[in-house]
Amino acid sequence: MSSREAILAAVKKSQPELLPLPQQDYVSTVPGDVQRFSDTLESIGGKSYLLNQEEGVLEVIAKLFPDAKRVVSVDTSITVHYLHEYESIVHHSLQDVDVAIIKAQFGVAENGAVWVTEEELKIRVMPFICEHLVAIVDAKEIVPNMHEAYNRIGLAEYGFGVFIAGPSKTADIEQSLVLGAHGPKSMTVLIR
Amino acid sequence: MNHNGTKDHAELAEKFNRDEERVNWHDRTLWWIRQKRDKAAWSLGDEWEPLREEASRIKSHTLSNLSEYLQEFEKNAQANGMTVHWAADAKEHNQIVHSILSKQNIQQIVKSKSMLTEECHLNDYLKEEGIDVIDTDLGERIVQLAEETPSHIVLPCIHWKKEEIGELFHRHLGSPEGVIDPSFLTNTARVHLREKFLTRRIAITGVNFAIAETGEFVVCTNEGNADMGAHLADVHIACMGIEKLIPKRKNLGVFLRLLARSATGQPITTYSSHFKKPRKGQQLHIVLVDNGRSTQLGREDFRNSLKCIRCGACFNTCPVYRRSGGHSYHNAIAGPIGSILAPNLDMRQYKDLPFASTLCGSCSNVCPVKINIHEQLYQWRQVLTEEGYQPKSKYMAMKAMATTLSKPTFFNIAGKAGRWAMKLVPGVVSNQYNPWYKEREMPEPPNESFTEWYQKNRKKKNEQ
Repeated sequence: MSSREAILAAVKKSQPELLPLPQQDYVSTVPGDVQRFSDTLESIGGKSYLLNQEEGVLEVIAKLFPDAKRVVSVDTSITVHYLHEYESIVHHSLQDVDVAIIKAQFGVAENGAVWVTEEELKIRVMPFICEHLVAIVDAKEIVPNMHEAYNRIGLAEYGFGVFIAGPSKTADIEQSLVLGAHGPKSMTVLIR
Repeated sequence: MNHNGTKDHAELAEKFNRDEERVNWHDRTLWWIRQKRDKAAWSLGDEWEPLREEASRIKSHTLSNLSEYLQEFEKNAQANGMTVHWAADAKEHNQIVHSILSKQNIQQIVKSKSMLTEECHLNDYLKEEGIDVIDTDLGERIVQLAEETPSHIVLPCIHWKKEEIGELFHRHLGSPEGVIDPSFLTNTARVHLREKFLTRRIAITGVNFAIAETGEFVVCTNEGNADMGAHLADVHIACMGIEKLIPKRKNLGVFLRLLARSATGQPITTYSSHFKKPRKGQQLHIVLVDNGRSTQLGREDFRNSLKCIRCGACFNTCPVYRRSGGHSYHNAIAGPIGSILAPNLDMRQYKDLPFASTLCGSCSNVCPVKINIHEQLYQWRQVLTEEGYQPKSKYMAMKAMATTLSKPTFFNIAGKAGRWAMKLVPGVVSNQYNPWYKEREMPEPPNESFTEWYQKNRKKKNEQ
């Protein structure tokens, strides 16, 4: 008997009688609160930036990262920094990216996270390998909590999806919080 | 002492307790994390307790239908393009991982945190086979450089001080001598590990949750090390215990709300990565490991321990863990939960662990999936005693105690003798052979027993 069959047989023998799966539906009546999203994001080491009507993303990027040498994006609206060769590029070569700009599907007010999938990222390692991460999210795309987040995701198809909440961080050395463990040293969410 | 001559929890804890200042520091640090957990839980107000209840019930359901869910997961994962492997025990798990490396002709890999691979002693196994494994979680890298194992499942080097880490990095990573600034040291590790991420072609990660419905799995980190490894490697191997399954994707809403809040008091980990399909041109392997879990599933009293989502909240709150340190548990998973998981794997080797508890119940109170940890610790004590895993001296002492307590005359004589001895020849009680005397002042012996006092006072009063 293969290990597969042996494990399945052992599990079947050991498992108790079927218990019901709770089927609670979480549907909130209120939309996500942009202020709460911003406050939570700031409290976990991220930054939020409310774009006003006249301001363009590129202007803000230039203002926030005046010294950035390599800025990349695969969002078609970011024409200047658009990474045309994203399909052929060796992903490791993004290791000197100063700022990566990504478009997020939505944000979660209760924990300051944004949801992105391979569809928007094109290159999975992009939001991890860059020195600074900028995510753009629409103000009307903030959901209150994780239940609503998964209601929204539903059974969508993707190869890879990720909630990102703030910069890469660690507190492994005596519980001192350090931003920029392996990934971005900062994460800014531009809310428009 | 354990049967194979290794030290048991009490002996190892004694060693840890020699440095009182360090014990106090360890205790305070973990309590601080426990308090952060409380604040995070309270921030959800009335939602918290129903969430715990629901998480617990989702896990109960999953365990009651695990064989079906495993097959559903396998089918969907394969349809997603993953290769699914099954390992009955630690040895088979290690062999499977090694065979994947051999096929690729790879000798150097990166690995992010996976308590399962610690449980299976994968690093030792691969080292024997000539494979160089670099642990990429900062805390794990620190203990790896020091040739130690993690002392906590979430905070692997919680027992290390920055001065010692500075010294360790100076020796191994060439940081300047005497530099102990956590930012500087973290950056030193960042530079060191960045090179590994960029050059190593196989990455191993753990799994926090696997979803039967979609055949995907979720890995949670704050550092981003699992993602850096997996997204840059040609081959990604994810290792998981079979109890990591949950039925539906939407169940993640419940678990991700609980996990980080319980672990560190964060509202969510920085990264909650959902791996569904291999990257174009990449291989994605998943190893499903039993290693005693199907046995534990069959033990009715201990089945609930398989609900564990490895948040470490029971460690941080435990008065024994905080004051004895993770290594005293001589098991990959320490703390209260480790103490109910370990005897399932080997009763003889871990017979001491269910006794490393005050049974205060704090662990059960903080557990996000409502495992009755302290009750299981108590139940393990009974099983271990029935199965004969107690030292003879304890049986004798318990027998003597039972006789004394069941015979009032004996009890009175013993009480008198005890009070007399403690007063006149305290050395009989207060000596190194009495474990109760260690680290404790014995109490002042009372002049009379409660019975004597009662006879004199209350009884008289009642008669009046």
